Amino acid sequence: MSVMSQDVKVVAPAATTRQALRLFAERRRSFWVVLSLLVLFTAWEIAGRVPISFAFPTFLDTLAALAEMVADGSMVRAFFLTLQPLVLGVAISALLGIALGIVMGLSDRMEWLLAPVFIVLQAAPMAALVPLVTFVYGIGLVAKTLAVIMLALPVIVLNSYKAVRHVNPSLVDMCRSFQGTRRQQIFKIIIPDAAPVLFAGLRLGVAAGFIGVMLAELLITPTGIGDLITYHRSVANYAHMYAAVASIIAASTVTLAVLQWFETNVMRPEKRRS
Amino acid sequence: MTLFGYRIPMMASLIVWALVWEIVGRLDLIFLIPPMTAIIVAGFDLMQTGSWQNATLVTVRSFVIGMALAIGVGVPLGVMMGRVKIIDNIFGLWVNIFVSAPLSALVPVLMILFGMGEATIVVTVFLFAVWIIVLDARAGVMQVPPSLVEMARSYGASRATIMRKIILVAALPEILAGIRIGVIRGVKGVVIGQILVAVIGYGELFELYSRSFDMERFWALTLFLFAAAMVLSAVVENAEKRIEYYAGAR
Amino acid sequence: MNATALAADEFDPASVVTRDPVVRVEGICKHYGSVEALRGIDLQFERGKLTTLLGPSGCGKTTLLKIIAGLVPATSGRIIVNGRAVTGPGPERAFVFQDFALMPWATVLRNVGFGLELKGVPADERNRIARSYIGEVGLQGFEDKYPHELSGGMRQRVGIARAFAVNADVLLLDEPFSAVDEQNRRKFQEDLLRLVEMERKTFIFVTHSIEEAVYVSDRIVLLSPRPGRVSNIIDPRIDRTADPDDIRRDPGYLDVVEEIWQGLRHYAE
Ligand SMILES: Nc1ncnc2c1ncn2[C@@H]1O[C@H](COP(=O)(O)OP(=O)(O)O)[C@@H](O)[C@H]1O
Ligand SMILES: [Mg+2]
Repeated sequence: MSVMSQDVKVVAPAATTRQALRLFAERRRSFWVVLSLLVLFTAWEIAGRVPISFAFPTFLDTLAALAEMVADGSMVRAFFLTLQPLVLGVAISALLGIALGIVMGLSDRMEWLLAPVFIVLQAAPMAALVPLVTFVYGIGLVAKTLAVIMLALPVIVLNSYKAVRHVNPSLVDMCRSFQGTRRQQIFKIIIPDAAPVLFAGLRLGVAAGFIGVMLAELLITPTGIGDLITYHRSVANYAHMYAAVASIIAASTVTLAVLQWFETNVMRPEKRRS
Repeated sequence: MTLFGYRIPMMASLIVWALVWEIVGRLDLIFLIPPMTAIIVAGFDLMQTGSWQNATLVTVRSFVIGMALAIGVGVPLGVMMGRVKIIDNIFGLWVNIFVSAPLSALVPVLMILFGMGEATIVVTVFLFAVWIIVLDARAGVMQVPPSLVEMARSYGASRATIMRKIILVAALPEILAGIRIGVIRGVKGVVIGQILVAVIGYGELFELYSRSFDMERFWALTLFLFAAAMVLSAVVENAEKRIEYYAGAR
Repeated sequence: MNATALAADEFDPASVVTRDPVVRVEGICKHYGSVEALRGIDLQFERGKLTTLLGPSGCGKTTLLKIIAGLVPATSGRIIVNGRAVTGPGPERAFVFQDFALMPWATVLRNVGFGLELKGVPADERNRIARSYIGEVGLQGFEDKYPHELSGGMRQRVGIARAFAVNADVLLLDEPFSAVDEQNRRKFQEDLLRLVEMERKTFIFVTHSIEEAVYVSDRIVLLSPRPGRVSNIIDPRIDRTADPDDIRRDPGYLDVVEEIWQGLRHYAE
C-alpha cells in the first residue's frame, strides 16, 4: 500500500479545504481504512451508551477490557492454547489436502473416486459432525485438531485439485516435447504453475480453520479464546467477552491479510500471464 | 472416468462410498458408523416423528427468514457499493473482514443479545450469508460495461430506469452466484447456530441423539442436512445457468 | 527467380520431388471425436530446408505439427523421422509454441536451458549453451529477466533459443510470429533466414500469412480447410542474396504471392 499512488494525475492546487480533503482521500487508502474503522467504532460506542441492551458494552469499555486481559497475560495464554489445534490442523490439512488435490488433478480415476466426496463435504455443514469427534477422541487437543481438519481439508483439497486441472496445457506440452519424464512434468511444471492457486486454497483453509477451532472451543470444551468467551459470559463480564470475540476476529483478519499480501506480492499471479 | 468403454458419471462414486460405508457398518468396527441401510431406515422413521417435523419447521423458518434478510440487505448494499465510491470505501473494509471472519465466535454474543431462541439462529444465518452476497453484487455492478449505461442514457432513460433495467439485469449473474454461495453458507450458519444454542431445532435433536448414542438417527439427521445443502445449491445453480444463457452474449 | 507454376485444381503430389527426406508423413488422418481435422496427408520434408505449412485458421496446421512432434497421436498413418517411426516426442525434434510456452516463474536463462535441464545436463554446461543461444537470438543482457518483463517478440526469441539449445535436427515452429507486431515481424523473418542459413537444420514452419510464407520458405505446402488436405505444393525459389526490401518488391516474389492467393481465394468465399 504505497502512500502516494503513481497514477494520480498532475493536480492543480486545491482551492478549498473540501477539495483538499477529497484529494487527500483519493491519494491515501489508509484514510479510508481509518475512516471506516472510526465509523464502526463510533456506532458501537453510541449503541453501547444508549444502551441497546444490558449485554452490550461500549467500545471504550471493551477496549479497556482488552488492555486488561493483555496486561494480565490471560489473552496471551488463551491465544497460545487456541493456536495449537489451529496450526496443527491447518498444517495437516495443507499437507494432506494439497497431496490429495494434486493426485485428483493428475489422475482421472482418483478424480472420479474422490472429487464428489469433497464437493459434498465442502458444501455440507460439517459443523454437525463436530460432536461426533468427542466420542472417539475425547475433549483434548486431538479432538480440536480434528475439528479444524474437518472444516479446512475439503476447501484445500478442492482448490488444489482445480489448480492442477487448470495448469497451462501449453507448458505441459512444452515439457513433453523435450522428453520430460512424468516426474519432471509434475515437479518442474505442474506444481510451480499451480502454486498461486494452491496457496489461495491454503488461505481459504486457514479461514475455515479459524471457524473450526472456535466451534471446537465453544462446543467440545472451553479452552483458549473459547474459554475466555464462555467464562466471561457466565460471570456477565460482557466487555471482556466482547474483547475476546473481537480479538479472535482481528487475529484471523490479520492472518488472512498477511497471507493475501504474500499471495499478491510474492506469488504474483498477475505476472504469470505470459 | 470410463470403464470398459462406458462413461461413468462422476457422482456415481458416491454410490461406491455408500457401499463401503454399508460394509464397514455391518462389520461393526466402530459404533460411530452404523450400516447405511440402517441410517436410511432410521431417516424414514425419523420423518414420522413430531419432534423431527417440529425441528425441521423451526430450522427451515429461521433459515428462510435469515436468507431473506441477507438477500434483502446484501443485494442493495452491494449495488450501492458498486455505484457509490464513498459507500464502497467505508463499508468495503468491514465486508471484507466479515466475509472470512470466524463468525462461530460471534454466536455466543448473539445468544446474549437475542436470547436462546430462533432470533439468534436467524441472525446467525444472516451473518453467515450476507457478506458474500454483498461482495458478489458489488462485483456484478462494477463489471457492467459503461457503454451499456451510456447507451441507455443516450436514449433518455432516467436514473431509476437505468438502475432497474440495465444495471440490475446486467449484474444478475453475479448476484445469483453470490446468493448461491450465500445459501451454502447460510446452511452452515443455521447448523452452527443451532448446535451452539443447543436447545432449538436440529441442534436440540443432535444434542439428544449424541447424548443417547443414537448414531442411526444422528447420521440420518446429518444426511438430511447434507442433502438439503446440495439440493439448495443445485437449485440456485440451475437458475444461474438459465440467467447465464441470456447473459451469454455479453 | 521464378516459381514452379502449378494449376491448383489439378495438383498431383507424386510430381513433387524431395531429395533426402528427413521427415516423412504417410497417410496421416486425425479425428477429434466427430471432428475430422486432417485427411490423408502425405508429405516429405527435405533436410536442411525450410518448409511452410500454409492454410486458413482451423485447417489443422497445428494438429499436423503436433502429430509430427509426437505430442498428439494420429488416428491413422505414421510419421517417420530419420528412418524411424515416431511414437512420441524425441531428441531429434524441437517445438516452438505459438503462445511461447515460457515458464513465468523462471528467468530467460533457465527457460532457454530448460530442454537441457530435463536431459540432466549439468548446470554449468547448460548455462553456457543457453547463454550462447540467447546471444544468437539477440537477447544478450536479458538472461536474468522474467518473461513478463519482455515484449511478445522477445518472448518468442526465448522460445526459439530454447528449441535451438537442444540441438535437434528438425525444428517445428507453430506460427511463431503471430503475436509479434508488423515491424518486428519483418526483422524476425530476416533473423529466421539467417538462422536457417547458419544452423543447417530442417525447419517446418506454420503460418497463415502468405507473404511470410513466400518470403521465408524453400517450399510451401498449401492445406485446404477442414478436413485438412494437401491442396498444392509450391517452391518459391526466391534469390535470398538480394536485399530484403528488394525481395519484397521483386516481381517473382509478388507473382508467387498472387498465385497462392488465387489458389486460396475460393476458400475465402
Ligand atoms: N484438442 C482438440 N479437441 C477437439 N478439436 C480440436 C482440438 N484441437 C484442434 N481441434 C479442431 O481441429 C481443427 C484444426 O485445428 P488446428 O490444428 O488448431 O488448426 P490451425 O492450427 O490450422 O488453426 C479445428 O477445427 C479445431 O477446432
Ligand atoms: Mg494453430
